[in-house]
Amino acid sequence: MTLLSIDWFFIIEKVLLISVVLVLSLVVAMYSTWGERKVAAWIQDRLGPNRAGPMGLLQPLADGGKLFFKEEIIPTNANKFLFILGPSIAMMVACMTSAVIPWGDTLVIAGHPVSLQVADVNIGVLFIFGVVSMGVYGIMIGGWASNNKYSLMASVRAASQIISYELPMGLALIALLMLTGTLSLKEIVEQQRHGLWNVVYQPLGFFIFLICAFAECNRTPFDLPEAENELNGGYHLEYSSMKLGFFLFAEYINMFISSALIATMYFGGYAFPYMDSLGLNPNMVTILGFLALFLKTLFFIFFFMWVRWTIPRFRYDQLMRLGWKVLIPLALANMLITGAVILARQH
Amino acid sequence: MGMSIQQIIFMVLSVIALVSALGVVLSKNPVTSVLCLIVTFFTIAGHYIMMNAQFLAVVHIIVYAGAIMVLFLYVMMLMNMNADLEPQKRNWLKYAGAISGGALLVVLVAALRDASMPALSPQSTDIGLIKNLGQTLFKQYVVPFEVSSILFLSAMVGAVVIGKKD
Repeated sequence: MTLLSIDWFFIIEKVLLISVVLVLSLVVAMYSTWGERKVAAWIQDRLGPNRAGPMGLLQPLADGGKLFFKEEIIPTNANKFLFILGPSIAMMVACMTSAVIPWGDTLVIAGHPVSLQVADVNIGVLFIFGVVSMGVYGIMIGGWASNNKYSLMASVRAASQIISYELPMGLALIALLMLTGTLSLKEIVEQQRHGLWNVVYQPLGFFIFLICAFAECNRTPFDLPEAENELNGGYHLEYSSMKLGFFLFAEYINMFISSALIATMYFGGYAFPYMDSLGLNPNMVTILGFLALFLKTLFFIFFFMWVRWTIPRFRYDQLMRLGWKVLIPLALANMLITGAVILARQH
Repeated sequence: MGMSIQQIIFMVLSVIALVSALGVVLSKNPVTSVLCLIVTFFTIAGHYIMMNAQFLAVVHIIVYAGAIMVLFLYVMMLMNMNADLEPQKRNWLKYAGAISGGALLVVLVAALRDASMPALSPQSTDIGLIKNLGQTLFKQYVVPFEVSSILFLSAMVGAVVIGKKD
């Protein structure tokens, strides 16, 4: 089945996989909003949403419906095109990272192996890094186009925060890459499948990466771009209706993807202990592997929420000091030590 | 169907690249210029991927679109862009710009006309893949590579020194 010298089976397989991954991220993000409120309620000894549906499970649908039907307001002096572009970029970028995450090993469907990864590129880790560095544009453009000084200040904060925390994140990743010797996420997972999880070798690197992931997702304690008590909500101050919804939703998707990434790079991804000695058929192992990754991801999403409702927001100068004077030197030291150990073991 | 899928993608990328590059120069609003430049970088990264240079493509995006352009946008946003406050450009400045730009074009065309470019052969090469690039950089070109890193370091130190002088 080839037309224009394209393998159409391949295209259909990939389109299906992309759709499934996208729907999965959206649904997880949707229920993260519910989970966030429930976790907050649990930590603050309240009940949380419990009116819409059993245990408030229909709450995300009600919220989504509300956002869709709210009045759409674009400020008179805003740059209309960029005002709409901002949340669109935020949402699009949030959905892009999932392409290189291996959601599982290969499934064999009717004798045809189907990899549960959209694209196994040999620069997977760098791809993620590239997409993450794009994430700030949504906030910056949206904040600037709103023509509001609070939004502008939020954009400026977001830009400097994300650039500052990209550096230690990159340095922490370099140490991991030195260890694994590959940039392909699939291979990183396969190595962990046959050995120990990377967090054992890179505890400090994992810790730095985790902190930077919080900063890149604009989550508390690093949610300065939307600090509601100083900036009135920050970059999405002027937004209403679904555009606001997109900004908020993008944050939850980012959280999901970051959790999946942390699980993939440091906690074995779809690999789980004894997966090769269970004696089950390969498809079953693949499905179990996917569930393992999903559970790990859910744990980290819970961790994101746990931290949000436990630790107060940093002050801006504290944020910058932590990034430049603590995390970067630590990440550099981690890189040097990793390099030295690898070199010593080779001789 | 005279064109292969590669050619179609190449055409589409090139058209977008040219249009957005023109947008950088022609747009009145500096923020739009920066956004057009980001689009241009993306299309160029697309060309790298077409040449099987995935590493170059992604580094291009991380460094240029992800870091440098964010700083550009940052500065643009902090400047109060008001058309009335902008210095009026004199006419002779425009002519001088057009003439020097044209001269540069002539020199470039003359230089590139007879150049043989083995890198642009239609066969796909593997030199842009991270492994080959790393081997080349750290074996064949290790001295220039390290020298350029010292250059960057001195530039950083210089920027800090200038920034502290107040």
